Amino acid sequence: MTRIGVVTFPGSLDDRDAARAVRLAGGEPVRLWHRDTDLAGVAAVILPGGFSYGDYLRCGAIARFSPVMDSVIAAARRGTPVLGICNGFQILCETHLLPGALARNNHLHFVCRDQRLRIESSGTAWTAGYRPGQEIVIPLKNGEGRYVADPDTLVRLEGDGLVVARYLGVNPNGSVADIAGIANPAGNVVGLMPHPEHAVDTLTGPGTDGLAFFTSVVRQLVEA
Amino acid sequence: MARVVVDVMLKPEILDPQGQAVQRALDRLGFAGVTAVRQGKRFEIEIADAAGVPGVAPDPAALARDMAAKLLANTVIEDFSVRVEDR
Repeated sequence: MTRIGVVTFPGSLDDRDAARAVRLAGGEPVRLWHRDTDLAGVAAVILPGGFSYGDYLRCGAIARFSPVMDSVIAAARRGTPVLGICNGFQILCETHLLPGALARNNHLHFVCRDQRLRIESSGTAWTAGYRPGQEIVIPLKNGEGRYVADPDTLVRLEGDGLVVARYLGVNPNGSVADIAGIANPAGNVVGLMPHPEHAVDTLTGPGTDGLAFFTSVVRQLVEA
Repeated sequence: MARVVVDVMLKPEILDPQGQAVQRALDRLGFAGVTAVRQGKRFEIEIADAAGVPGVAPDPAALARDMAAKLLANTVIEDFSVRVEDR
């Protein structure tokens, strides 16, 4: 069975939901701890949402230098699929595996709602199971989710098709170009501000629109 | 012992909604003429004398610039400045 690591940092909140989503997608979740230096042979890694290290200094800034991240960064550079959700997206930007940064929401409020998104790219390890242009609804909950990047980076992201998902309807946090998620050029590293792991089961989420993030990577790893 | 102060500010082109909220609050309090507020972070760092501690770089300002570039600031969205305080 495909083993997918879910990292727990002090202050992670959504590691259990991420592990459950992996299980529902047919994978085997493997709990990784922030002090681990060995990734236990997992085939992919999820950095979950939450407030790692209390979000002290900047969201994700201290987590980025935790022992496990050296191994995650090295694995990502070798092509291992890595998904950063919310705080995990912030961590991936702090590592510079993904360009840009997440800043405080333009209206200063914490947002928690079911968010409509358009999947812009199915060319990543985590979105291969969606159709480009497909609209989905998954929960969004953040205080510092405003994606920012310099104009050259934005041109590159748009030109190379690296915007993975965009907000539909009201832009919830002031993100530039309504960007909700991006990928690296290889497509193995994806950062996403909304939470697909909270939309894998109709009992606990708004639907099951998020499940394909996890089935996409499981399927790709099985076929590899 | 040296004390180094590192100031970290959002780059000018990055929207600072916290600073704007402070500006609005100042306006409500009757402080006239405030045209802009931007909020940043200040770090006060005590560094041991190089002579006494093996491995400590002799230039505290250079050391603090390394700290700022690596951890204290995210240079994608923030600028920093470093100064050594007289003791």
